[in-house]
Amino acid sequence: MNNQINENSQNQGFISFFLSAGCADSATALKKSCLVALWFVFLTFPIMAVRVNTIENTVTWRLMNMVNVAVAVFFGSYVWRWLLARKEMSSAETSKETLIESLLSKILDDKILKSVSFSLIAIMVVAFPFALDNIYLTNIMISCLIYIVLGLGLNIVVGLAGLLDLGFVAFYAIGAYAYALLNMHFQLGFWTVLPLGALLGAITGLILGFPVLRLRGDYLAIVTLGFGEIIRLVLQNWGTVTMGPSGIANIARPGFFGMDFSLQQNLIYLYYIMVFLVSITIFFVNRLQNSRIGRAWLALKEDEIACQAMGVDKVKTKLLAFSLGATWAGMAGVVFAAKTTFINPDSFTFWESAIILSVVVIGGMGSIRGVIAGSIILILVPEYLRNFAEFRMLLFGAIMVLVMVFRPQGLISAKRKIYHYKVSNTASAGNE
Amino acid sequence: MNNPVLNVNAVSKDFGGIRALDEAELVVGDKEIVALIGPNGAGKTTFFNCITGIYTPTSGDVLIDPSADGTVHRINGKKPNVVTELGMARTFQNIRLFPSMTALENVMIGTHCRTKSSIWGAISRNKATREEEQAVIQRAYELLKLVNLEEFADELASNIPYGKQRRLEIARALATDPFLLLLDEPAAGMNPQETLDLEKLIVDIRDQFNISIMLIEHDMKMVMSMSDRIYVLDYGRMIASGTPQEIANNPAVIKAYLGEDDDD
Repeated sequence: MNNQINENSQNQGFISFFLSAGCADSATALKKSCLVALWFVFLTFPIMAVRVNTIENTVTWRLMNMVNVAVAVFFGSYVWRWLLARKEMSSAETSKETLIESLLSKILDDKILKSVSFSLIAIMVVAFPFALDNIYLTNIMISCLIYIVLGLGLNIVVGLAGLLDLGFVAFYAIGAYAYALLNMHFQLGFWTVLPLGALLGAITGLILGFPVLRLRGDYLAIVTLGFGEIIRLVLQNWGTVTMGPSGIANIARPGFFGMDFSLQQNLIYLYYIMVFLVSITIFFVNRLQNSRIGRAWLALKEDEIACQAMGVDKVKTKLLAFSLGATWAGMAGVVFAAKTTFINPDSFTFWESAIILSVVVIGGMGSIRGVIAGSIILILVPEYLRNFAEFRMLLFGAIMVLVMVFRPQGLISAKRKIYHYKVSNTASAGNE
Repeated sequence: MNNPVLNVNAVSKDFGGIRALDEAELVVGDKEIVALIGPNGAGKTTFFNCITGIYTPTSGDVLIDPSADGTVHRINGKKPNVVTELGMARTFQNIRLFPSMTALENVMIGTHCRTKSSIWGAISRNKATREEEQAVIQRAYELLKLVNLEEFADELASNIPYGKQRRLEIARALATDPFLLLLDEPAAGMNPQETLDLEKLIVDIRDQFNISIMLIEHDMKMVMSMSDRIYVLDYGRMIASGTPQEIANNPAVIKAYLGEDDDD
């Protein structure tokens, strides 16, 4: 596909294409860029050019900054328009696969390449904590894996069944508090509570599912947002049970046949637990989405009325999506509590729901590979961007905007399964 | 016609103060092709929605007898998916396919209520589930072949030409194993040749599957040539019913279609 773009642009000459990108000719492009530059100078003037020193009561004019802004925006607007024009040209073509996607499908189609690359990934994943021997990196990798599980769970609800859920963090909180409280009061261990957390998640998913069955789209989003906040506020204010805002400390780390681990060993152990959980989640979600139930979810997302008229039970299908999605959030919550050993309601704000949703949307709705890519980018990138200090969140936001502008379907979009059928020769009615 | 498969008894539907259907009566016999015609806004689609469970009738009874042997079920107020499970499948006036699923998958959705693999089946992918899945795929393919769309099996529904999308909807409805197929303006937007093919297809479906068919249609030529009986709806009331000949000569029908001044 890239070759074709190059061919197209070579037809008009790359330079002239770049210079007049998105405009009728290079003169209008020049005018547009100048206007944009002026506009940005005007907008940023108060913060970039004027500095008021309130101690000495002086005003410093930093006019050089304005020149910098003008030049940067002038060239930036060229690049921006060129990218947009390029995108429009490529979307006019029939095949919309990106380089990564075509590479991926090429690898997956070839049996040898597939097994080689899978075993390479497996080796990398297994060797990761030892190869780097770095607590910090292992720690953020565990976070990333937790978000993969959360993202795959939400992917069932949002990506497959098309139910926009903004309160997903509630199930995560329920899993985490289930482990914290059961551990505190009854000394239940990690491995006992893990399935309990999943079960609790599924049950609360059902409880949330019932009242919102009739809602779609924006309305559903608002109600689920409210549900997320209700859970957080209950945790915050029901001090006698949940310890309120001060949270629960000293939650036991996962045990391994009663062996004592150092902090670092424990982290590595938790890393492998998460790898195991992620593999199970991928396995389950993959099987579900390629089944009769997964098909019904997709159909429900496409057209609810037609789906019902074709005999799919809307109530059952929606509730199944809600509770199966919440199951994974409940499990991830248990692991989260075991990892941090301290939880309080501040860990389960709307921001978390927004991040999990971004993982699904940016990665690619309904696509397992997409969700994995999404959470690697969204969770690891802000960590590695720590070098940029105060620009960290700005860059993070810019990356999200860029992805949404240039890849609205997500980084790796879902692919339709190919079905194999016998081409038969029975006589067909209704000849043409 | 001894045992009707569908018996609509004095069904009314009010929307606020507007009476969209006024004690409408209709009977579909076993293996009959029945057409419902009427001017625009007469309430034909409302009638369809009332008998398929999308609307609940304000009053009256919708009775079905799937095997035409006298065991009657009352279905008004039942949910659309339950009605479909009982054996009444429909198509829509404004095509409602699942646009980003393939044609084959669209038809496979139709088999949903006839299959029963559960979550556990989906996850363990045991032998029963695999066999069921393969049977569903094969059946969906056969149905696509029946409506001459086998070449579009792996094509997204939204990429299929308009006239063929209507046939895909019929295949999807057939996948639910209905005893009565309800077609809402199946020939809308089709050219004369496509309409002829469709007419043949509908008659073939009736003969091959041994099912009854009821359709709403504006194409009078098609309605007159293929229907066993015709009902005429105007302002929510059934103003006439009978064979095509009877309808063509019925003064009330001519009045409803052409207004007071007869000029035929």
